[in-house]
Amino acid sequence: MLLKVEGLLKSFGGVTAIADLNFEVPEGVVYSVIGPNGAGKTTLFNMLSGIYLPDEGSVTLNGRNIVGLAPYKIARCGVSRTFQNLQIFFNMSVLENVLVGCHLRIKENFISTALRLPLSMREEKKARQWAIDALHFCGLEKYINSPSDALSYGVLKRMEIARALAMKPNIIMMDEPAAGLNDTETAEMLSLIRRISESGITVLLVEHNMHLVMQVSDRILVLDYGSRLAEGTTHEIQNNPQVIAAYLGSDTTTAGADVKAGGNHYAV
Amino acid sequence: MNRLRGPIILAAILVALPLLFPDNYFVTVVVTTAVLHAILAISLNLLMGYAGQISLGHAAFFGIGAYSSAILTTQHRLDPLLAIAAGMLITGTIAFLIARPILRLKGHYLAMATLGFGIIISIILVQAGHFTGGPDGLGDIPKLVIFGWAVESDFHWYIVMSTILILVVWLVNNLIDSRSGRALRALHGSEIAAEMMGINTTAVKSAIFVLSALIASFAGSLFAHQQSFISPDSFSFFFSIELVTMVVLGGLASTYGAIFGALVLTFLPELLVVFEDYEVMVFGAILMAMMIFMPQGLFVGFEKLAQRLYRKFFASQTIDKEQRDVA
Repeated sequence: MLLKVEGLLKSFGGVTAIADLNFEVPEGVVYSVIGPNGAGKTTLFNMLSGIYLPDEGSVTLNGRNIVGLAPYKIARCGVSRTFQNLQIFFNMSVLENVLVGCHLRIKENFISTALRLPLSMREEKKARQWAIDALHFCGLEKYINSPSDALSYGVLKRMEIARALAMKPNIIMMDEPAAGLNDTETAEMLSLIRRISESGITVLLVEHNMHLVMQVSDRILVLDYGSRLAEGTTHEIQNNPQVIAAYLGSDTTTAGADVKAGGNHYAV
Repeated sequence: MNRLRGPIILAAILVALPLLFPDNYFVTVVVTTAVLHAILAISLNLLMGYAGQISLGHAAFFGIGAYSSAILTTQHRLDPLLAIAAGMLITGTIAFLIARPILRLKGHYLAMATLGFGIIISIILVQAGHFTGGPDGLGDIPKLVIFGWAVESDFHWYIVMSTILILVVWLVNNLIDSRSGRALRALHGSEIAAEMMGINTTAVKSAIFVLSALIASFAGSLFAHQQSFISPDSFSFFFSIELVTMVVLGGLASTYGAIFGALVLTFLPELLVVFEDYEVMVFGAILMAMMIFMPQGLFVGFEKLAQRLYRKFFASQTIDKEQRDVA
């Protein structure tokens, strides 16, 4: 098991955001976390990446408990992520943004770079190639030398993914990659997530677009008020009466189809 | 070659100036001061412009370097070059010790903390009279001797300061366009995303704070030997503010901007002497006008102005050519 979450609990001043959550993510799958707004999905991501410290529980990555580690240390364990509200380095070009993603793969230090020692130059050249490869992978080759503050929202979303991939992570957490995208861009995102998964990276996905989730996921976790409503394969979730009830009321004949189509009465 | 263009142009200008204006007060004295200010502004810009961490106490590190050199050479008869290294060691240690607690703060709070640090140091310089000579300062600081060459005249200092400026520009540009430099700029852009990319933002901030202090200390030591007399006035809160002004005026996150800012802030008061009693008012008005019309700083501002003029004078020809191409 790549990632194992046991008894996770987090509350903010008496409001429980995540209550006693357990789930396991096997290696190589696309694992989606769905649930209405405020169900605790982003809080979960923030705990997995070390931004929030859980009140209780453990997060085990490859057999190692990562609770309490700083985000940069969790990154060093091979965890990468993108953000729901973009976190772009707007003071840098697209290529430089993605080069930051190569940070852990480059071996050089303050002194060797300031003096431009040959070792640094070789590392820098390799890193540039990695970054360009990641940009190609995400279909951004046109924008390699663009300043990042001149790009559209959809391009920036993919650039964040390229930056996360440049780390060569074992697991990538994507927080609402399709939010705010139009239909064409969403279709591109779908195929990008598939290609990431095919390249051997485990994908942890938070997404509201049910159409995308149902097409791309291997397993799904449904959260409701911070606790687990259901968990299982995509097929199981689509036919789970509890999920259907939570999402659409109890009319089981059309409910499965509507979960697929993105029906969500909590969001109203 | 693009990387070397800036330092080469800078070197060419610094070599050409004394050839064009030999024995000129403005070149040997005012430009030398501007160059010293430029070194300081570049070091502060590393912290403020690139890493986005404001410091209102940069003059303190300049002062610690200057006083370390002065005290060690006059009271302990240490060789000036060794004293410079010792000064950097002292400054580096102090910067390292305060970096972590101080850089936990952000924005206005960081400004307040660095301001406090700057004021504490300048109070110490005044009060620890036994070592520092108090408000009267320290004199008789020996000349700098570099491998048997005594740096004596104003023109000698012009050569030394210019060489160091070019070296600092080269080093800083290399650093900025590297893994460490990108880590710096990334934490300015988004601290949380930088952490998620595996950057230990606390360590990077501390490292740049120390590096910035080391350069300032080095400049301070040079200043002490150049002046041969120093007093706390040169390292007060006001000088810290002047350095911040240079960085902001020149344009944040631009090494050449910092040089521009230092140049303008050093030359303007000299040129405005003609306004006599109104000098300070005119100076303030010019600064305000520059920030209003060139909010991104002088370097970017002049670049844009040059582009506009270029288009204005050459535009007609370009259009003609385009029309011919279409036809």
